[in-house]
Amino acid sequence: MNEVGNLPRRRLKAKLFHLFCAFVTFMGVAFLVILLFHIWKEGHHWVDWQFLNSFPSRFVEKAGIKSALWGTIWLVGLTAAISIPVGVAAAIYMEEYASKGKLNTFIEINIQNLAGVPSIVYGILGLAIFVRWFNLERSVLAGSLTMSLLILPIIIIASRESIRAVPSSIRQGSFALGATRWQTVRAHVLPAALPGILTGLILALSRAIGETAPLVMIGALAYVAFVPEGPMDSFTALPIQIFNWASRPQEKFHQLAAGGILVLLAVLLMMNAIAIIIRQRAERKMK
Amino acid sequence: MEEALVRDISPKPASAPVNLFLRRGGRWQESLIQWVFYVCALVSVITTASIIVVLVKESWGFFREESIFDFLFGTTWTPLFVPRSFGVLPLVNGTFLIVAGSALIALPIGLSTAIYLSEYASTRVRSVIKPMLEILAGIPTVVYGYFALTFVTPALTMVYGETRVFNAASASIVVGIMVLPMVASLCDNALRAVPSSLRQGGYALGATQFEVTTTIVAPSALSGILASFVLAVSRAIGETMAVTLAAGATPRMTLNPMESIQTMTAYMVQVSLGDVPAYGIEYKTIFAVGSLLFFITFVMNILSAMALRRFREKYE
Repeated sequence: MNEVGNLPRRRLKAKLFHLFCAFVTFMGVAFLVILLFHIWKEGHHWVDWQFLNSFPSRFVEKAGIKSALWGTIWLVGLTAAISIPVGVAAAIYMEEYASKGKLNTFIEINIQNLAGVPSIVYGILGLAIFVRWFNLERSVLAGSLTMSLLILPIIIIASRESIRAVPSSIRQGSFALGATRWQTVRAHVLPAALPGILTGLILALSRAIGETAPLVMIGALAYVAFVPEGPMDSFTALPIQIFNWASRPQEKFHQLAAGGILVLLAVLLMMNAIAIIIRQRAERKMK
Repeated sequence: MEEALVRDISPKPASAPVNLFLRRGGRWQESLIQWVFYVCALVSVITTASIIVVLVKESWGFFREESIFDFLFGTTWTPLFVPRSFGVLPLVNGTFLIVAGSALIALPIGLSTAIYLSEYASTRVRSVIKPMLEILAGIPTVVYGYFALTFVTPALTMVYGETRVFNAASASIVVGIMVLPMVASLCDNALRAVPSSLRQGGYALGATQFEVTTTIVAPSALSGILASFVLAVSRAIGETMAVTLAAGATPRMTLNPMESIQTMTAYMVQVSLGDVPAYGIEYKTIFAVGSLLFFITFVMNILSAMALRRFREKYE
């Protein structure tokens, strides 16, 4: 009864709580702004053509990210080539083919668990299996295989969600016309689910671009003064190069790292923008 | 899409045998395709199996040379120089120092953000803040490491005076910022899943929005909130690059966040950065520490999934 009698105080409390939550939320946004501003301030005057087109060097003025950029392009290309078919196929199997039995539940729980495994564990998995057992050395291929395992759960979960969102009436219509399951999937389910799948793929690949720990574990090098020419070449990647520069004590190298980060973030933002555009187009189409 | 349909069903006059042949061929293809898809789905199971096999096999080699008891309960970790000692507790201590610090930031801020987004914010504010949090979540961890080193540590120096270049505090702060978006978005989902009839019941009894939120909505979403907390802790435990860059490389038993420490993940990076002989004891320590890391995060992920399942059973 005491509380009821205190209406002004209770209202004040409610108001303060509202303000507190709003303040805290904008604090999170402020973190982002400060982070981006700081990196921009430190790094933007390093990013020029010479920076993009030079190999790493002991001399700050000559150093660049050519090998890292090409390494990242190789890595993402191979990772996409390996993980996209496998991931989408797995998602199709689980949504369209598998009976809802124990095995399917097991695979499902398993994928959820894999999504929560720390990336460095994938790194030591890649180190033991691809680098040592398969003898792939510290090659782009070993890195891509490791990254593929890392992003497979993300691809599968995203693809499954968008396949599940396709109305079952579409499938039934196709079956009613005598199409087989694969014909139905290929001609109707996949096209309808494509925007969602693409969005998931882009997000998964941008994860692969930013991941550092697994590459460090499989031994991607920091000093690579050449552009990889095949999947068996050793390589470096943007995050590795950034890590290498950031872990040096000299301030100048920290600024180089900021320059590298700007390039990395620009690539990631571009990919995210593409994902958003695809999503919006699909939504407009649906309407 | 329509073309394919037309092709598949268009009647082909006077070609019944051909049609039959095609259909049989179709069936054969069908089962091949299904089989290929099945193998792809099994890749994830094989991945889990190989993680376990690799961890067990390689750490088995380690535990044949060092006792598992000394490993789990020893308080000195000096595997890279003589006299060698393999007590993992200093690394665990470092990891949990980071976890505690980051939880102190991510959990309250994340939950408050979620409450603001789900209970207070207008659709417009939501549509601005949500993508910003997504961007924050998409920034690579090595960037956070750089930020800790070049911004947070100097900022701490300004506030507290002389600070070590590498310290647990600045690493925990950035790890906290890093997992904050995940907490916010999962808690937001949980809060929004609470049926609005519960809120309306509260308002009908004359409760203020504060009272409705804290005594009805948040408790109803409790298991979902807890699931996100556990997942956040698990993420912080596995975080690697930020702690490697900012927290230092000195394993020690300390609760002082201003000291330089080393986490389990940072140790693994440190070893693999040096040229490790493939079958030496240093190489095997990665897997012993990795097994412990995998085990801890695995248990936490399962706990989180269990909490989430309880939550879903209640409302979905």
